Amino acid sequence: MRFSGLRVLAEGLRGNRGWAPHWRKPDPKRAYDMIIIGGGGHGLSTAYYLAKNHGITDIAVLEKGYLGGGNIGRNTTIVRANYFLPGNSEFYSHSLKLWEGLEHELNFNVMHSQRGLINLFHSDGQRDAFVRRGNAMLAQGDDAILLGREELREILPYLDHDQGRFPIYGGLYHKRGGTARHDAVAWGYARGADGMGVDLIENCEVTGIRIEGGKVTGVSTTRGEIAARKVGIVAAGRSGQVAAMAGLRLPIESHVLQAFVTEGLKPVIDHVISFGMGHFYISQSDKGGLVFGGDLDFYASYGARGNLPMAEHVMEAGMTLMPMIGRARVLRAWGGIMDMTPDGSPIIDRTPVEGLYLDGGWCYGGFKAVPASGWCMAHLMATETPHPVARRFRLDRFATGHLLDEEGTGSQHNLH
Amino acid sequence: MRIPCPCCGLRDLREFTYLGSETYLDRPAEDAPAEGWDAYLHLRDNPAGPVRDLWYHDPCGAWACVNRDTVTHAVGGSVPLGSAR
Repeated sequence: MRFSGLRVLAEGLRGNRGWAPHWRKPDPKRAYDMIIIGGGGHGLSTAYYLAKNHGITDIAVLEKGYLGGGNIGRNTTIVRANYFLPGNSEFYSHSLKLWEGLEHELNFNVMHSQRGLINLFHSDGQRDAFVRRGNAMLAQGDDAILLGREELREILPYLDHDQGRFPIYGGLYHKRGGTARHDAVAWGYARGADGMGVDLIENCEVTGIRIEGGKVTGVSTTRGEIAARKVGIVAAGRSGQVAAMAGLRLPIESHVLQAFVTEGLKPVIDHVISFGMGHFYISQSDKGGLVFGGDLDFYASYGARGNLPMAEHVMEAGMTLMPMIGRARVLRAWGGIMDMTPDGSPIIDRTPVEGLYLDGGWCYGGFKAVPASGWCMAHLMATETPHPVARRFRLDRFATGHLLDEEGTGSQHNLH
Repeated sequence: MRIPCPCCGLRDLREFTYLGSETYLDRPAEDAPAEGWDAYLHLRDNPAGPVRDLWYHDPCGAWACVNRDTVTHAVGGSVPLGSAR
């Protein structure tokens, strides 16, 4: 089923009775060529690109809940390519290019809105760091504009520019950054993968990974045994538990990150704004809600909800930056389970078990990576070689010292 | 969340700094192979459910090994670090 303007018009005139479910609900077969554990954004895009780029369609995506019910349904929807380190820079650049063609690729409106992202700076030293970052972004072929005090004041007049603690010196403006409709990304990839013959199997929890002679042979699930030649773990915050079924310990600790949304307001914030000094970032959704968040709660958690001290801290930071939001009422708060690595960068790599692959450790930056993560994981599983833009996301980089510590905060999971 | 400090009793989460799993106490010998140090510094069991992890109480300077549940956020008792192993 394809979407088009004509189709929408015709269905509107016929009472919208012609729409059908967007994907099948198949029962699992006894065997597949490849299995993807996890039906979230990354798992679905992996299946999609395995089918699309590599012609491999004998695939099952196993999801313990419903499709897109994990972090792809719980994030703050920001899409950007403003990374500095070689290894990250080319990967997120590739991802943003995929985003820019995603709606045509999937024939699905993911509401990708390149409204621009502005990172604020508050000292001469921070300005120098952002100049350097902006140059790295330009060298990568992406866009970056350095805004001084006055230019920024024109674009964002509502910030408290002259506050005593963190007076605003300017911002790094990434025009191609923005937001997207998070659920639609999962649905678009799901529909695309299903259309090419991938089986999307919901309510199917993996309970064991079968290994014979150091080689993966399939998985045990709540819906029976399923054999497979290759298995990909794409389980985000649950990566550690799934990997433990194969006897692996991962460099991942799961933490909770909170996010908040206010009641719907008229358009007031046109960009994505990040206030690093206060640990706060904000954008306005198309429904009008102000969507904002801050830092991790800093303790290991699978709770998918946070505690009040961080909620309070985020609100204080928001009020410091833009006092005008003080009268907006917070509608909802929630938490997501972040698969934090010791350097804050992800892993797309083989594991010591033959035929078992890992795509995880996305920390709190997984949403923007969804297209390129699937692209590169599919490349790895199909060709046995890392994709050039993801070649540094190695599982063994912590042992060898080839860290990708974008923030420079050191080798501890909760410091990124 | 309130955390029991071995010295001060039940105190607000705001007063604590989190380090991580109690496996931080199993420090390898200085001449241990690199794999041992990699496992110690980077690899985690990362369980969903009951854990014991290390918290520092900023006001009094005590380290506590706390029984906690990572799914429900329920907090049990704690012991001073010296008697945790």
